[in-house]
Amino acid sequence: MTIVNAVVQGIFLGAFYAVLACGLSIMFGVMRIINLAHGDIAVLGAYVVFVIVESTGMSPFIAFIVALPVMIVLGYVLQLTVLERSLKSGILTPLLATFGLSIVIQNLLLIRFSPDVRSLGGNAGAVTTSSWQITSGLSVSALGVVILVVAVLVFGALQLFLSSTRAGWRMRATAEDADAAELVGIDSRGVYARATALAVAIAALGGLFLAIRSVFDPLSGPTQLIFAFEAVVIGGMGSLWGTLLGGLALGVAQTLGANINPEYSALTGHLLFLVVLVVRFGGGRLSLRTAR
Amino acid sequence: MTLLRVEDLDCRYGLLQAVRGLSFEVAQGETVALIGANGAGKSTLLRAIAGAHKPHGGRVVFDEADVTSRAAHSRVALGIALVPEGRRLFPGLTVEENLRVAAARRGRWNVQSVLEVFPLLQPRRHTAAANLSGGEQQAVAIGRALMSNPRLLLLDEVSLGLAPIVVDAVYRSLAGIINEGTTVLLVEQDLTRALKVAGRVVCMLEGRIVLEGEAASLDRDSVVSAYFGLKRPA
Amino acid sequence: MRVQRWTRTSKAFTGATVALAALLATVPLLFEASVVQRLTNLLILVLLAAMWNALAGYGGLLSVGQQAFIGIGAYGTVFFAGLGVSPYPAMVLATLLAGAVSVPISLFALRLRAAQFAIGMWVIAEVISILVRLDQNLGAGTGISLLQLNQYEPNFRQAYTFWLALGFTVIFLAALFFLLRSPLGVSLQAIRDDEDAARSLGVRVAARKRLLFVLAGFGCGAAGVLIVANTLFIEPGSIFSVQWSAYMIFMVLVGGLGTFEGPILGAILLFAIQTNFTQGGPWYLVGLGATAALFALVLPRGLWGTIEERLGLRLLPVGYRVVEVKGDERTA
Repeated sequence: MTIVNAVVQGIFLGAFYAVLACGLSIMFGVMRIINLAHGDIAVLGAYVVFVIVESTGMSPFIAFIVALPVMIVLGYVLQLTVLERSLKSGILTPLLATFGLSIVIQNLLLIRFSPDVRSLGGNAGAVTTSSWQITSGLSVSALGVVILVVAVLVFGALQLFLSSTRAGWRMRATAEDADAAELVGIDSRGVYARATALAVAIAALGGLFLAIRSVFDPLSGPTQLIFAFEAVVIGGMGSLWGTLLGGLALGVAQTLGANINPEYSALTGHLLFLVVLVVRFGGGRLSLRTAR
Repeated sequence: MTLLRVEDLDCRYGLLQAVRGLSFEVAQGETVALIGANGAGKSTLLRAIAGAHKPHGGRVVFDEADVTSRAAHSRVALGIALVPEGRRLFPGLTVEENLRVAAARRGRWNVQSVLEVFPLLQPRRHTAAANLSGGEQQAVAIGRALMSNPRLLLLDEVSLGLAPIVVDAVYRSLAGIINEGTTVLLVEQDLTRALKVAGRVVCMLEGRIVLEGEAASLDRDSVVSAYFGLKRPA
Repeated sequence: MRVQRWTRTSKAFTGATVALAALLATVPLLFEASVVQRLTNLLILVLLAAMWNALAGYGGLLSVGQQAFIGIGAYGTVFFAGLGVSPYPAMVLATLLAGAVSVPISLFALRLRAAQFAIGMWVIAEVISILVRLDQNLGAGTGISLLQLNQYEPNFRQAYTFWLALGFTVIFLAALFFLLRSPLGVSLQAIRDDEDAARSLGVRVAARKRLLFVLAGFGCGAAGVLIVANTLFIEPGSIFSVQWSAYMIFMVLVGGLGTFEGPILGAILLFAIQTNFTQGGPWYLVGLGATAALFALVLPRGLWGTIEERLGLRLLPVGYRVVEVKGDERTA
């Protein structure tokens, strides 16, 4: 029974990772950029919600609605100042620039908020505390269900956006061939900015969930980034539903590891990630994987 | 009236000069063929006119407005559309999505009318572009450019990589478009076709214009010598 | 025309560098222990910067996980010393261990491109960090001291550590120097400039990259060894921290990616900043991160790279110059 419970809890955990990973996947899919500051942006989102909750006392979920426009604007600013420039230079530039940005965000948060660990779990109300006991060995938390449902909705909405709306086609077109997209009248700069804003907004949602289900501090970013990246890789880079599945797989791997020994949880996730990397990229000779 | 005027255009790739101080004009309603050997700078010139290549110097003037510093996508809004070399369709999008993703301007061209001109696409409407044949892809590429109801249609090597019979079909459709009064500037490797479809011919060599004239009045020999640079201008 | 390797400037400078190394060897004899310790830190930074540059600047491999080897070097030292090996030989062994571990890792890691490689290395560092953390014999999460060094009188200990640091730095810089001057080195620069073109010319790209990766593994391991020798205490949280990568990125980006002298300049700069500002304060890190990002975006060649480009200057002869010789009048 405990295995079943572990898997179920793993799915809930994985849904959280999927939300974290979603934004990373969007940015990679559209711009081929891996934003090393992605985790820190999620944490920043958590702090924005935190500030709103502290000063107004409203529920974190409502506070998120208020925080969302702030994060979206931040996304546009990020794209237009840092990311756009880094796209024009080499492959390494976006990685280096976003790494620097990551350090900046972490330490600015540290200065403003101190290293204290915080949580919004207490402010979220009944959602965090209620659960259903299915059997003696299996309990399902309301929060877990909420995050899972939201994750599926977010991915579903994104998929719908990309497949059925003109703006979505434009984003796909720009992702496939930005130069040709420009030639048919698509403003690629605008598409990139929208993609980043979308990624940042969903990252902030991830931050909200982090704050509610667990604790966070200014230096939590890199951990979230690693899990998000692992989810994207496990599910297959460039595939949106893959990222959801990858997140779930990562969550289950971690909880199964924790089942063996609580200290193993992150480790089993890392091992799954490394195995997937080897299998996917290590099969043939180096020359077979030249295309990026 | 002059629809397009290129003044003293200088286009480079790093240190390589692809277009050297080139000037020429296209009048409204004209069909001009750009010919020349590989590397003459024809594609670069088209791309510079469309806004995909930033010139090192010179101006591109469209309908008396200087568009040199305008991004490509905003030129489409003004009425310039390029069918790029190699088609460059969006492989993951279907035929219909490829057409509808293009910026639309008011005019007689829409998905329906494009499919009427290229009836071979009708049954392939929801097929991903990556799964189309060469001829079908070329049709979609031209159709995609038409969706913006361009005043100036730029075509880069539409016959490249296609079987002659397919090229015939493409040019038949083009003839219809030309007859409707769209100004067309096309790059074409096949001299015979170029001379047949165009009213005026411009021959380029190493980034410069070496011969220019009415298609009907030019004799093949002088065109061929200019093409290969056999008689270099002083 | 003649192809020239040594110019007057580079001859003078190389001579000066050798003299400098000899001069540095006298440092422990002239200065007190705390100064020697700080200068040991400087040498560690130089070594780290040179190694990260070897990977990224000459191999195009952006690693955010070199702290894995730093940690292996540090914990390796503690491990071997714990087995009864004398501390300084243990340090050499630990360096060899780090290099040895880098070989199997390279078989897997080098198949990855750009972002996968960067974060893949980071995950590997995390995995090793977790494994160390689980080992009670290595002090688990709380850390461990290199007690065996207490057998030495502090001044002597500091001197030995400094000389070891100087030795490592000279060895690894010399290795890199001769690597770059060899035919191997030219192919490395070709790989950096255009990998596919290089491959099509027959350059065995994979083997070259592996060489750089293993060299960096050795070098970062050596740095880890020196860190534990210099500070006597390590814990997984800090020795395996991604902050080391942040320092390396800063030094190389600001100093000059892909140049030989640049990372050294960057290390000196970071050292100067560290001694003047309280180490580890958040504002200082904000500055580091922002500066690194700024250089990546605006001045990708770094300070030295820009100077080199503007003045056509090369202090150390790692390149070639084509020189006009009298009598070269006939032209094409």
